[in-house]
Amino acid sequence: MSLCVEVSKKGQDGREELFTINMGPHHPSTHGVLRLFLELDGETIIKCEPIIGYLHRGVEKLSENLGYPQTLVLSDRLDYIASAANNVAFCLAFEKLLSLKVPRRARLIRTIVGEMARISSHLLWLATHALDIGAMTVFLYCFRDREWLLSIFEKICGARLTHTYVRIGGVRLDFTEEIIEELKKFTEVFPERILEYETLIDVNRIWLKRTKGIAVVDPETALNLGLTGPVLRGSGIPYDVRKFRPYDAYDEVEFEVPVGKNGDTYDRYRVRMLELRQSNRIIKQCLEKLRETEGEPILAEEAPDLLLPTKVREPEPKPHPKKGFIFTGKEVPVIPPGEAFASIESPKGELAVYVISDGGTNPWRLRIRTPSFVHISAMGELAKGHMVADLIAIIGTLDLVLGDCDR
Amino acid sequence: MSDFITQIPYPLLIFLVAFILLNLTLLNVAYLTYAERKLIARMQQRLGPNRVGPRGLLQPIADVVKLLQKEDIIPYGVDRSIFKIAPLISLVCAGSGIALIPLWERFVLSNLNVGLLFILALSSLSAYGVILSGWASNSRYALLGGLRASAQVISYEIAMSLALLSVVLMAGSFNLQDIVKAQVSSPFKIYLIPQLVAFFVFMVSALAETNRVPFDLPEAETELVAGYFVEYSGIRFALFYLAEYFGMVVMSALAVTCFLGGYKGPFTIPGVPFFWFLLKLYLLLFFYIWVRATLPRYRYDQLMGLGWKVLIPLALINLFFTAFLKLYLN
Repeated sequence: MSLCVEVSKKGQDGREELFTINMGPHHPSTHGVLRLFLELDGETIIKCEPIIGYLHRGVEKLSENLGYPQTLVLSDRLDYIASAANNVAFCLAFEKLLSLKVPRRARLIRTIVGEMARISSHLLWLATHALDIGAMTVFLYCFRDREWLLSIFEKICGARLTHTYVRIGGVRLDFTEEIIEELKKFTEVFPERILEYETLIDVNRIWLKRTKGIAVVDPETALNLGLTGPVLRGSGIPYDVRKFRPYDAYDEVEFEVPVGKNGDTYDRYRVRMLELRQSNRIIKQCLEKLRETEGEPILAEEAPDLLLPTKVREPEPKPHPKKGFIFTGKEVPVIPPGEAFASIESPKGELAVYVISDGGTNPWRLRIRTPSFVHISAMGELAKGHMVADLIAIIGTLDLVLGDCDR
Repeated sequence: MSDFITQIPYPLLIFLVAFILLNLTLLNVAYLTYAERKLIARMQQRLGPNRVGPRGLLQPIADVVKLLQKEDIIPYGVDRSIFKIAPLISLVCAGSGIALIPLWERFVLSNLNVGLLFILALSSLSAYGVILSGWASNSRYALLGGLRASAQVISYEIAMSLALLSVVLMAGSFNLQDIVKAQVSSPFKIYLIPQLVAFFVFMVSALAETNRVPFDLPEAETELVAGYFVEYSGIRFALFYLAEYFGMVVMSALAVTCFLGGYKGPFTIPGVPFFWFLLKLYLLLFFYIWVRATLPRYRYDQLMGLGWKVLIPLALINLFFTAFLKLYLN
């Protein structure tokens, strides 16, 4: 009879070998395809090594062979939970290249959409984080409200997850009265809903035990690890791109940047819960300002007509012997040579886009700095000395999205 | 009627009654899963099963049929005999306890003098199924689940036995029928009032003993995928589930018998002998389900801490206090 897993094995140097376990890439709580290679002593983690790349689609390289508007479609697939935020980051970079000025109404709409993306992302985070720790009911409560948001997104642009709603120079469609009313209703109801989630877990003893003192990051380490977003603010550093380098309409609205104190999982949870309220506040203010800008354009005048080409592209009737089909006609506008950098506060952290144009129709090089990639690299540091059950809480608290990490 | 019953040879009678009891319990367990799904769905603002039969009432039957049809996969490298026998150990040990519970004044399948001890022994043995399945599965997740289960069951067993001991002290017997009778003739009518602490300790330990939320660490889906039964499929997988629900029913029945006055109610309803017992049983089962919808999961070391630092001292103090009162009041 072949026997099974050996509980402990003597290594070559005579010491007991550690229990190694491969968590993922198809483990239920690694949020996609993260693979963690763990070395355990009992249930204590001695070493945690994240292995990524299972969702690599080569977005950066693909962008070099696609036109700028097509790149926007790819950006949806980065952090697919908050695709509106990714669109904004890409558009900001491209607009800098073109030195476009976006009209006020478009900027307000972008702010609203960005904050809606933040709420929907944070709701999904709370749902899965609570589910991982074992609180099943919070999951469904969050999904109820996220469903509402997604249906509003559907009314805005027709898509629920991958919107490509924001376009270079503005936004694709104007807000109708119906959407504004629906959003208004949402902003009125949502604060009560937040209270509902908090009554479920906020003072729950088990929840406190599972999150307090877990994965503590002091401010210095947080900076050294390159953490951004709520994870950094949980450690007490009030860095928020929306305040430091305001983009869109964030300089017009009032909001606070919540920070934590101890830098543990509970503080990060609190920070995100407070951020939900601030996002709600921002949407409310923007909706009022939208009333003032009724009828104003939503697209810059000199914005390139990127979505609909001026001419239908036609290939040569016969394929070229060496180059394959050659497309004729000048449809896609040429972007002036230069380079541009834009960064935004995406729900997960700081999302930055750096683009170099050589004057052609495609970006010469596009580099994306995504928060999840940096946060995953901090996993090994955070997980050391904790237990397997805490690892789940750590994956949850970092709010990892593998599409964002692997690109 | 009674003449007819007395004419049946005793072993056959016992067999018949046991068969009927087993099937009734199985039916109860099947609809407990349905009730759990419906109730949790209600708490979580969704519908729950509603496709098979009216209001989804045939769902448990459909589930059983489906699981029976599934292929029984035995992975390469497992310890085959242990792998096959482990779910049976779990189920038999969890389920047999119901035979000792007095469901009615005149209905108890086996009226053992050490009934309480026997049930405790059975529930400890059912941990073997979990441990052996984890060990035999040739999977690291299953092994971790099995290890967790063994530690958890052993430590909570102590708290549970201590809590029940104070009941035994008050009743002066290990016989469950006698415990119910002593309870009803005592000034409190039910032992819940003088033994509130013991009841609390018992209920918490029972949650841990049956691997239910918030102590479902051995089968924590988000940590260990499915824990000890990760490699099981088809009907063997279902047997583990059945064992869990049987365990819930037996533990709740034990709590009803020891703390809530068993089959006795404030008044008797003619023609419905099991009414009070079932009512109390379902109330406790509802508590299990309610807890599952509400609480997150404990961590392994916190679970151990709760068992050894809170529940066992509480139960011990309660036991000493009970013994002291008993000694000086008599």
